[in-house]
Amino acid sequence: MENEEIYERLNTVFRDVFDDESIVVKPETTSKDIEDWDSLEHINLVVAVEQEFGIKFNMNEVTTMKNVGEMVDIIKSRI
Amino acid sequence: MTCFGSEYNKFQKMWDKLFSKFNSTIIQNNFEYPYYRLLGNKDASDIHGKINFITRLNQKFYDYANSTKNFFINDINYVSSCYGLDKWANQFYWHMYKYAMEVPAIPYLSFNIANIIKSIYGKNKKAFVLDLDNTLWGGIVGDDGVENLAIGPEVPSGQVYSEFQNYLKEHKSLGVILNVNSKNEYENAIAGLNHPAGTLKPDDFIIIKANWNPKNLNVKDIAEELNLGADSFVFVDDNPAERQIVKSYIDGIVTPEIDVPENYIRTIDHNGYFEITNFSNEDLKKNELYKDNAKRSQMMATFDNYEDYLLSLKMKAEISPFKPIYLERISQLSNKSNQFNLTTKRYSLADIEEVNKDDNYIKLYGKLEDIFGDNGVITVVIGNIKNKDELHIDLWIMSCRVLKRNMEFAMMDELVKKAQGKNIKTIYGYYYPTFKNKMVNNFYDLQGFEEISCDSQGNKIYKLDISKGYTNKNNVIEVHE
Repeated sequence: MENEEIYERLNTVFRDVFDDESIVVKPETTSKDIEDWDSLEHINLVVAVEQEFGIKFNMNEVTTMKNVGEMVDIIKSRI
Repeated sequence: MTCFGSEYNKFQKMWDKLFSKFNSTIIQNNFEYPYYRLLGNKDASDIHGKINFITRLNQKFYDYANSTKNFFINDINYVSSCYGLDKWANQFYWHMYKYAMEVPAIPYLSFNIANIIKSIYGKNKKAFVLDLDNTLWGGIVGDDGVENLAIGPEVPSGQVYSEFQNYLKEHKSLGVILNVNSKNEYENAIAGLNHPAGTLKPDDFIIIKANWNPKNLNVKDIAEELNLGADSFVFVDDNPAERQIVKSYIDGIVTPEIDVPENYIRTIDHNGYFEITNFSNEDLKKNELYKDNAKRSQMMATFDNYEDYLLSLKMKAEISPFKPIYLERISQLSNKSNQFNLTTKRYSLADIEEVNKDDNYIKLYGKLEDIFGDNGVITVVIGNIKNKDELHIDLWIMSCRVLKRNMEFAMMDELVKKAQGKNIKTIYGYYYPTFKNKMVNNFYDLQGFEEISCDSQGNKIYKLDISKGYTNKNNVIEVHE
């Protein structure tokens, strides 16, 4: 799957989870850039991303992932 | 004290405290099994095993539940095993977020709790409306003939329908009413139901609609004849098109998406339509009560004059202040009654216990029996005494099983008598309209009250001056305390 497609699908997930149609995710996007991205929404986000791509993150990945770019790298390695 | 004893005591202390402080309803999770077994299979039987510990602890919870009202177990032990314990106990979610189960399992947990709450508030379904061909038996009775239907122990396809019929029949003992809604010639439907291998016989059903009408019309007729809202029905039909029609025409009815017959039971069961919380004797007798009503309508047809018919029923009512043995039924009735309900105020058992203790309330229940049978407790009135000589009627409900029997007049007579005994001068009645209680829109007018206000939503306040006397309205029911 191309990066472009992954970002497109991720963007849909983000907009859905944070209920904000103006979100455009980039590799450098972090929780600081999205107002509602708190610890609780983070759980919902991770589960929604897992469901979208049919993958499971492991604990190490979730705890060390620094931005959306790193999330995409992990997704790419799985599919 | 043992580890087991102290662990259990912690919980019991907490529950006792909650009851004494808040007198609320408690829903307690039991425990799911641990996700690993240090002792292997022995973990279940050996007293040192964690599985063994959890099993015993759960059992103690059940003992408490069985001896305590307003206390219910949320059986996550069952839900987690249905879901699959390995998936349920996904340790990722525990270590990352301190979630005791994986996030995708949470809807199952929530649904399970929602079912308990729904049941406590009397929102259970009340009746099955069942298709026949390929639902209660395999094959089409009109085409294949009774002798070729798949039902009975000989072949797998027959066994599966037998098991389903047994499952439905078990619901009768919970007070769930069974009805038929089938596109068939009536004679063929009855012949199918009389199949020697079938568990369900024509007599097990209250209403059998076997005709060529659209099924949604039959559902409406069944609702009217039973005096029940069609939103309390579970419509079971193997044909998705029929389910779709019924669902789109009948608000609130549920139409479980059954697929292959071997899954019928599981699909219906996991929906928790008939979750049991408070179980009353009324529930046990429900099917008989509906049968009695069918007999009454037959008898009514033989009279020209309605009052003569009522007198011929030789009705006897017990109308009296609340008694402890009826509190559960009273609460149940307050949560179930939608049509003959003036204020639609709901009372949990704990609420009813509070009212019962409080001298500022006049609270009456009514039981009604006649030559065909005993209807049990079917009506409740709660009046609140304010400013010394005013009685405000907070609740007036009656089961639709006893509509048009003049029971509401007998209740009013007793209420006035009790009110006079407490030097009440004026009784205030309230009517708050809902989608379902139009039938009592004019209730207080019929009782001789005077309307004193009506707001834009149709909420009405009435009053009745009893200081200058009152004439009894009931003359067809013999009343005692």
